[in-house]
Amino acid sequence: MLTMKHINKTFYLNSPDRRTILKNFSLSLKEGEFISVIGSNGAGKSTLFNLIAGSILPDSGKITLDNKDITFLSEHKRAVWIGRIFQDPSKGTAPNLTVEENLAIAYMRSKKSHLLKGITKKDKAFLRERISCLGMGLENRMNTKIGLLSGGQRQAVTLTMATLVKPKLLLLDEHTAALDPVTAEKITELTQSIVSSEHITTMMITHNLTTAIKTGSRLLMMDEGKIAVDIKGEEHSKLTVSNLLERFSQNTKKNLNSDRMLLQYD
Amino acid sequence: MSFIAFLGAIELGLVYTLPAFGIFISFRILNIPDLTADGSFVLGAAVSAVLTAAGHPVAGLAAGITAGAAAGLITAILQTKCGIAPILSGILTMTGLYTINLLVMGGRANMPLLNNETVFTLSAALFGDIFYKLELLLFIVTLIFVLYYLFFKTQLGLSIRATGDNEDMVRASSIDTDSTKMVAFAISNATIALSGALVAQMQQSADINMGAGLIVIGLASLIIGDAIIKNKTITRGLLSVIAGAVLYRLLIALILTTNLAPSYLKLISALVVAIAIATPTMKKKFELKKLQKKEASLC
Repeated sequence: MLTMKHINKTFYLNSPDRRTILKNFSLSLKEGEFISVIGSNGAGKSTLFNLIAGSILPDSGKITLDNKDITFLSEHKRAVWIGRIFQDPSKGTAPNLTVEENLAIAYMRSKKSHLLKGITKKDKAFLRERISCLGMGLENRMNTKIGLLSGGQRQAVTLTMATLVKPKLLLLDEHTAALDPVTAEKITELTQSIVSSEHITTMMITHNLTTAIKTGSRLLMMDEGKIAVDIKGEEHSKLTVSNLLERFSQNTKKNLNSDRMLLQYD
Repeated sequence: MSFIAFLGAIELGLVYTLPAFGIFISFRILNIPDLTADGSFVLGAAVSAVLTAAGHPVAGLAAGITAGAAAGLITAILQTKCGIAPILSGILTMTGLYTINLLVMGGRANMPLLNNETVFTLSAALFGDIFYKLELLLFIVTLIFVLYYLFFKTQLGLSIRATGDNEDMVRASSIDTDSTKMVAFAISNATIALSGALVAQMQQSADINMGAGLIVIGLASLIIGDAIIKNKTITRGLLSVIAGAVLYRLLIALILTTNLAPSYLKLISALVVAIAIATPTMKKKFELKKLQKKEASLC
């Protein structure tokens, strides 16, 4: 469903600081896949997400979503199909708007008619029901300004917003990294339950090897703008941390311990 | 203060509620101080004066609104499509408008409207009492208030509010923030120009400098209003703007009853805005100092 073909991206082109992040990068996703993406800082994970979401444009190459060329489509236009959640909980919600108003804006993706009432009675009931699925009691705080909620609550609302209208692709950019371990666990669980019940194709960046192995159906390990390890299917279900690291050293001729990799596993 | 002076202050307060509404959109909702205001106010006045002189006062208001919307749109395009910093785009439009406004008034800096039919003479004929100005202005301010109230309940209105709060989130919801800003600036400056158009007909003249410092007057109204009614919601926010604008004019009228020269008014307005916005920060610093002193004395 998502394909990236021969993508090149270099920053600061024509300057001494030029930095090639992605070189002839290709990737293809199947409908319903849940992919964990890991890699050290500078491996190109965020660039990859920015290219898919349209925050930056590639120097060359082609990106298609469901056979539609989206390579140069503007960020807000492809947001109809692509949901994205960032590490920073404050990025996904408007702090001075209420929980209900935030949800209503995300819900507009399904029905664009500018001069109609923003939130109808029917919408209210629907949004309330969806937010109650989180099991956090937020359905009783629909008129609270989002800025007053905790980071975990905000991230849970963001998750609901991103999946309120089912996206073709969901991008999770280390979306639990800024939360405390217990809350992070809770958000990870919520993510998995929503993604699996709605069958949403998902890509998730994480720095936690254990999470990366445990979650999803496919694992990508990136290094210097290339895919170093790509594991799916049968092999994925048997994967352990040690044989993943082994595979990585084999493929890149690098020893992870000496590398500047900042990965954690527990 | 005489009754006539009091009535005059209320009338001025109402007519200057409109630019405060416009500034409420740019400053409070979008978080961008839009300096176009100083120019679009005069633009509305100039357009309205020319049409009033030609015998079409009502068309003058309509044309003023349209011209103001266009001015706002230009500022928004400079900001979004051309990547010019928000403050600078407002300054550029305002500066450019100076020439446009002179051209509209046929190269003159001042345009008197003596003995012309205006919307106020029409109102006087309709109501036939001394409150004809007040009644017309009350009607217009109420109308704009209701329109704003309804607009901010729509999808577009909600998107505009969110744009000022978190642009990333709005784009992530597949809404083009460039267009929400364009609509917001157009509405804001259309309202400001309507005020200019009304003032020209009320004072029976348009002047090239009548918009100088308008943004500060508008901000002063917003701040005074905020002190009376906390603007938690859009409705309360708009109500507080009306209260603020009227109270500001009453204060000015009071100051004018003293022997202070009217030329001091701009300085006073600027001080009011500066002090009001600085107060929270100053308070914090003062409390920190107090705390430090207390700690020091304990050691």
